[in-house]
Amino acid sequence: MSTGSGAATFVDRYPEEASIVRQAFFVAFVAFGLGALFGVIQALHRTDILRFIPSTDYYTVLTAHGVLLVIVFTIFFLVGLFQWAITRSFDRPVEDIRITKAWLALMSVGSVVTGVTILLGFVDEVGISADVLFTFYAPLQAHPLFYAGLAVFLVGTWIAGADWFRSWLAWNAEHPDDRIPLQAFVVLTTMLMWYIATIGVAVAVLFFLLPWSLGLIETVNPLLTRTLFWFFGHPVVYFWLMPAYLLWYTVLPKIAGGRLFSDPLARVVFVLFLLLSTPVGIHHQYLDPGIAESFKFIAMTNTMFLLLPSLLTAFTVVASVEHGARQRGGTGLFGWLRALPWRDPAFTGMMLAGLMFAAGGFSGMINAGMNINYLVHNTLWVPGHFHLTVGTAVALTMMAGTYWLWPQLTNRRLYSRPIGLLQVVVWFGGMALMSNAMHVSGLYGIPRRTAEPQYQGFDFSTAFGSVAELNVQLAIGGTLLFVSALLFLANLAFSWGNPTTSGLGQTLPPALSGPDDSPRVLDNMRLWAAIALVLVALAYALPLGAIVADSGLFGPGGDAYPVTVVLNSVAVTAERLTASVGATLADVGGVLEVIR
Amino acid sequence: MHIHQYEKLWLGLSLLLIVGFVATVTYGAVGTPAISMIGDDGDTLNPNAIDDHPEFGDPGVEKVGESEYAAYVVARQFMFQPDPIVVPANTTVTFYVTSADVIHGFSVVGTNANTMVIPGEVAELTVEINDPGEYGIVCHEYCGNGHHGMEGLLKVVPADEYDGGDAE
Ligand code: HEM
Ligand SMILES: [Cu+2]
Ligand SMILES: [Cu+2]
Repeated sequence: MSTGSGAATFVDRYPEEASIVRQAFFVAFVAFGLGALFGVIQALHRTDILRFIPSTDYYTVLTAHGVLLVIVFTIFFLVGLFQWAITRSFDRPVEDIRITKAWLALMSVGSVVTGVTILLGFVDEVGISADVLFTFYAPLQAHPLFYAGLAVFLVGTWIAGADWFRSWLAWNAEHPDDRIPLQAFVVLTTMLMWYIATIGVAVAVLFFLLPWSLGLIETVNPLLTRTLFWFFGHPVVYFWLMPAYLLWYTVLPKIAGGRLFSDPLARVVFVLFLLLSTPVGIHHQYLDPGIAESFKFIAMTNTMFLLLPSLLTAFTVVASVEHGARQRGGTGLFGWLRALPWRDPAFTGMMLAGLMFAAGGFSGMINAGMNINYLVHNTLWVPGHFHLTVGTAVALTMMAGTYWLWPQLTNRRLYSRPIGLLQVVVWFGGMALMSNAMHVSGLYGIPRRTAEPQYQGFDFSTAFGSVAELNVQLAIGGTLLFVSALLFLANLAFSWGNPTTSGLGQTLPPALSGPDDSPRVLDNMRLWAAIALVLVALAYALPLGAIVADSGLFGPGGDAYPVTVVLNSVAVTAERLTASVGATLADVGGVLEVIR
Repeated sequence: MHIHQYEKLWLGLSLLLIVGFVATVTYGAVGTPAISMIGDDGDTLNPNAIDDHPEFGDPGVEKVGESEYAAYVVARQFMFQPDPIVVPANTTVTFYVTSADVIHGFSVVGTNANTMVIPGEVAELTVEINDPGEYGIVCHEYCGNGHHGMEGLLKVVPADEYDGGDAE
């Protein structure tokens, strides 16, 4: 509800921390706006509805879309939200604000360096480019600044995690017998997962790709760096998801008018994520030669178990919302649904996001099945799937959460709740269209990551409808999403113009069944971190060992393919051509001379 | 800890669902060998030395058994070799696919014959080929700024029309 409970807001109590949160959100939303612009360009270009960039630039756009949205937008929102959650739930200021500022600065500098390096791909004259997409598979090679920026960004996130662990230790010293508050619990388990997950990408970037792009080492092993990427690439999915879960578990019940159903079950869920999210990355490599089937099989089984925490979440969240509805006077088997605050964009946004997550979970189960994966691998089905999960469950929850958080961070009301409501509904509708079209196109075999999925030698055959219809659907959906993104950003921008008001503060109620009934071992971070490491070692030691044994740490040879030089080499070829044409002409001239 | 009765039920059902999934997928993988899984059976090789390789140096289709064929395919920016790949109908074809440069994809459109193509590795996939016809082949992994033009063709010809070797 817009009328606050009269309590002090977060910014009243922790102005410096609130400023950090706002800055992190600002970076996140700038990246979101740019990413959405690139998204609609892709949606129009690849469907051939409207093409105003050369197709070679499509890959610059796609790299920027991926990196800006799933690295910059999601992770900056995450650090902002986590800073809020840590400060709020421990109810203490950061230990040293200079450290907090330092990690935010490092992350920002890294993002700007990587982002600018990507965008320079539009300016051919500069000769800098990083059109390697957000997966940067070697031996395609980006400019060294692309990798360097990523490394700086990563270091920033590590320091952020350390900052939050430091807060925990300090709080713990003063409250030795207390249970870790749930929000802090989410932050700490998520960051442990992040430390483990980023080992993969850090090794890939720092030991192989960066030195290789600088010419310090000659070759890399493409299968090894790709496997290290996916060591990180799957858990990062949960890293994006955890801020959404934090909001679903701790804020959504409140907005619905109730309380979280079960705090212990929530802890179990987050521990499961920490344990299971890394030893599954090989499920992105079911089709990779050089990895034994047995390893793929293990990854698949683990992946299926990873469904468990999400299924538990579905239960707890629905139960909490129902509790809220009944508190508000709702009755009946389904009649309680009517009693919910559907006019509140924060509530409706999160509910719609949750609904799409269920659909995304379903298409995800299909991806995870090893044999069905052969049909949809690298088709549009895959972006169809993850625009439901990270593109909606996460992104829409972040937007909805922002509607609720904004007054807490600024003491200003949201500019317009009706526009907010329209915005979340338009996102849902646009995504329903775009994602549906992508899933169906994928089943027909239309590949992802391509500027022009039209081929000379064959057509895609469709069971019903036509590719042209699907394209129109995709483009309309993408356009609606872009409009929704603009509505969101405009609503926030106008909110800055609102006067500050006092008494907007909101409190978060404790869970129905609190942490005190749950075993203390759940709060033992050391134990969970150790088990998680063992599981990762079990899942990865053998496959990584086999790759290195088969083709060596630096691979069996092969050149680097810098994405910049594609252009240069055209230039070089042209130069050679003119040179040889010149020489031929000179010869001809010589011959002519002789004849004369 | 206190766990609500519904929570217990939900937990039980969730676990059951997961076990069910694993079982069906296992059955699919082990019980119905419609297509072999991509594994680590293939060799490794130096992508810069492909031209000297006994098979990939001159990629093409070979008869290796009664109704069994081996198709050696090289993916490179931005084409497949050979193109088209010609095989006789009603046979079993094992594709050996490798890359001369960057990571590519190899998928026969509309079928589940699909693999990643990684430089240094040889992907091996065995496919039952039935009726004559033409199938598109797509590179489904981004491989550079000409990626969208990278395609090939698989021609399945009646056995009596098959002239027994490389089309080129
Ligand atoms: C305005 C909203 C959006 C539109 C219109 C849009 C559109 C698209 C399209 C058409 C593709 C497929 C491109 C291709 O494979 O050729 C794509 C890829 C992708 N999108 Fe979005 N998207 C939007 C929002 C988002 C959001 C919010 C996220 C995540 C937070 C996201 C993450 C991604 C990722 C990771 C890819 C894959 C990039 C790659 O293959 O390297 N998108 N998007
Ligand atoms: Cu995954
Ligand atoms: Cu390609």
